[in-house]
Amino acid sequence: MRNVSFVRSEMLAEQTPPLTSIGVIGWARENLFNGWFNSILTVISLYIVYSFLSFLIPWVLTPTWKATSLNECREINTALTGHHSGACWGVITERWPQFIFGFYDRSILWRPILVFVLFLATIAPILFERVPRKLFLLGPVFPFLAVWLLWGGSIWSPVFSFLGLVLGYLVWRSLKERVNAVILLLSSIGVPIIWWMFLTEPASGLLAEIIPYEIQILPSRDFGGLLLSLTIGLTAIFCSLPIGIFLALGRQSDLLIVKVLCVWFIEFIRGVPLITLLFVASTLLNIFMPPGTNFDIIMRVVIMVTLFSSAYMAEVVRGGLAGLDSGQYEAANALGFSYWKAQRLIIMPQALKISIPGIVSNFIGVLKDTTLVSVIGLFDPIGLTTVVLADMRWNGVYWELNVFVALCFFVFCFSMSRYSMYLERKLRKEN
Amino acid sequence: MKKSLFIGALLALGMAATTSGASTLEEVKARGTLNCGTSTGVAGFSLPDANNVYQGFDVAICRGIAAAVLGDPMAVEFVPTTGKTRFTALSSGEVDVLSRTTTWTFSRDVDLKMDFHGVNYYDGQGFMVPRSLGVTSAKDLDGATVCIQVGTTTELNLADFFRVNGITYEPVPTEKSSESRSLYQAEACDVYTTDASGLASARSTFADPSAHVILPEIVSKEPLGPVTRHGDNQWGDIVRWTLNALISAEELGITQANVAEMAAAPTNNPEINRMLGTEGNLGPMLGLDKDWAHRVIAAEGNYGEIFEKYLGVNTQIGLERGLNAQWTDGGLLYSPPFR
Repeated sequence: MRNVSFVRSEMLAEQTPPLTSIGVIGWARENLFNGWFNSILTVISLYIVYSFLSFLIPWVLTPTWKATSLNECREINTALTGHHSGACWGVITERWPQFIFGFYDRSILWRPILVFVLFLATIAPILFERVPRKLFLLGPVFPFLAVWLLWGGSIWSPVFSFLGLVLGYLVWRSLKERVNAVILLLSSIGVPIIWWMFLTEPASGLLAEIIPYEIQILPSRDFGGLLLSLTIGLTAIFCSLPIGIFLALGRQSDLLIVKVLCVWFIEFIRGVPLITLLFVASTLLNIFMPPGTNFDIIMRVVIMVTLFSSAYMAEVVRGGLAGLDSGQYEAANALGFSYWKAQRLIIMPQALKISIPGIVSNFIGVLKDTTLVSVIGLFDPIGLTTVVLADMRWNGVYWELNVFVALCFFVFCFSMSRYSMYLERKLRKEN
Repeated sequence: MKKSLFIGALLALGMAATTSGASTLEEVKARGTLNCGTSTGVAGFSLPDANNVYQGFDVAICRGIAAAVLGDPMAVEFVPTTGKTRFTALSSGEVDVLSRTTTWTFSRDVDLKMDFHGVNYYDGQGFMVPRSLGVTSAKDLDGATVCIQVGTTTELNLADFFRVNGITYEPVPTEKSSESRSLYQAEACDVYTTDASGLASARSTFADPSAHVILPEIVSKEPLGPVTRHGDNQWGDIVRWTLNALISAEELGITQANVAEMAAAPTNNPEINRMLGTEGNLGPMLGLDKDWAHRVIAAEGNYGEIFEKYLGVNTQIGLERGLNAQWTDGGLLYSPPFR
């Protein structure tokens, strides 16, 4: 039998793909009009998007940036379109400094701005590898500098508070080789605390009299807007991670008292709404403390928000710890690592990596939760909208204010979320 | 057992500290500023303007007190309080005086241990409905949904009114008055209720004021006034007589413009002389100096001037004096004599 199968001996010339499957048309056919059902869905969706945008865009694009009252906005919009349903952006022009800085003295706005720039410089080396490592040196100094710049006062109190930190470090270095771990830990934490409680104030007071140098003091009541939210939110974020890690470790500890305390703390805080804690901070604490004691309201709120978010953080980190293969713990033991060394070098790096999405969404949650402080009479951006609405010229401008506040928060929350995705990509194991 | 001991100890500590504290007057003088509890923003009564300076009718009372005690009407630290936190802020000592559209009621005065020092604004609760609803009386509101701010007397009056008239309503509770207002505008409720002063000012800001009617019924008495803690009578006297000085000044024709002239030398009217310190020694009886009332009136003018500046018919809020006119003009303002 003869084999008649055909074997082509030369290649056909390449042809361009048909017009209907490339370019815009091809993409649309593939993704939008793939079958009659999808085609209908596409048309409906397009109609919805169109009707939404045709309402939104004329609403947003109104020439009202210079208006000085809602009525003026209405006149401008009516003259333009025949009806007054346009945004009134004049209120943002007039009030945006209040939404960003609250009631902070306008002549010294450089101080919060400088703090923010320094903050970015401080966290840059933590966030990105390419940033010069020397910026790490800013880390220990920044908190003291920030408090001084934001609240003002004599330069000597932050200097002496910082010296407490230095003292702790010196104690730790000199005792490191000589005593056991517990005494080392207690003394290197205890000495600075004693310093802060008993010596910082007299010493800085004395020096302030000899070499007086102080900048204008700003009371906490003057904080407001985004400045307030960021002060509370970022402090809580940066304190809650370490506290949360220790709570998570404590919860898994074999030491009964440590374990019970950690479990109680976490379960108590998680069982109580944040608003309750804020009310405790604003009202109950005041009743318990003798009148005249000036326990700063922002400080109280920061402590409460930090405690709240560290309890949640602890559970997120515990999830990471639980997700780790038990072989990792056993390997660390087999290598003869001490508990802390194993945590530092083997367990935590892996556990934290697993928990990144949880940690970051917790961070974002904390930042957004700071808007709850408006219920205790602090002027966060949401609280400020009430203030603006009480101004008769702007009474009735709701959407514009809320859109503006939403945008402010979006900038911060969205960048946090993008960063966490970047970090996850970078740390993904290649296997 | 241990826990209750601990709480008991804390309470005892708190009480001991409260009773052994210095008088409010001394504290304020030592501090150099008056801590004044105000609202987080009520049109015409208290709000910070774009330059961060507090303005308003309630704010003016605090400025008057600061002028009397400290000599500087601007030496006031305003502490914004919400409907829920206001009384704790006062009883915990966070603020020295509360001037925050607070209604004088029996239980607040007696049970909450507050002292009310007269009335700076007589208000009453009313209802606003869309004209399209076709309602002409609050008694026709059976089954209506009502936007209401929680933690206020407004909420309780509403319940009383509907119960007395045997009709039902569905509350839509909100935290702030601005929230109620925006809900009402978004037609999430049929009725917006608050004090009549608030209704008038809210309506004036609507895009189409004529589409809304304020019903004729005023369902409550809302005497608003400055409040202090029970127990410090000297401080209470200062607050009370600062308010009385503002009211009397209007009655006696003392204004911001002519007060300096009247206080410079004794006039023909002995009451003016006693008040402004050119005769007698009323100021020292209060623990202040002779010029205290002069400074109070110089700060923002007399009661009438303050009213016209923040609430009156020439402002956008546009309120008539009504009940808040002097007794000589058919209103309720009646200050005890300075004697």
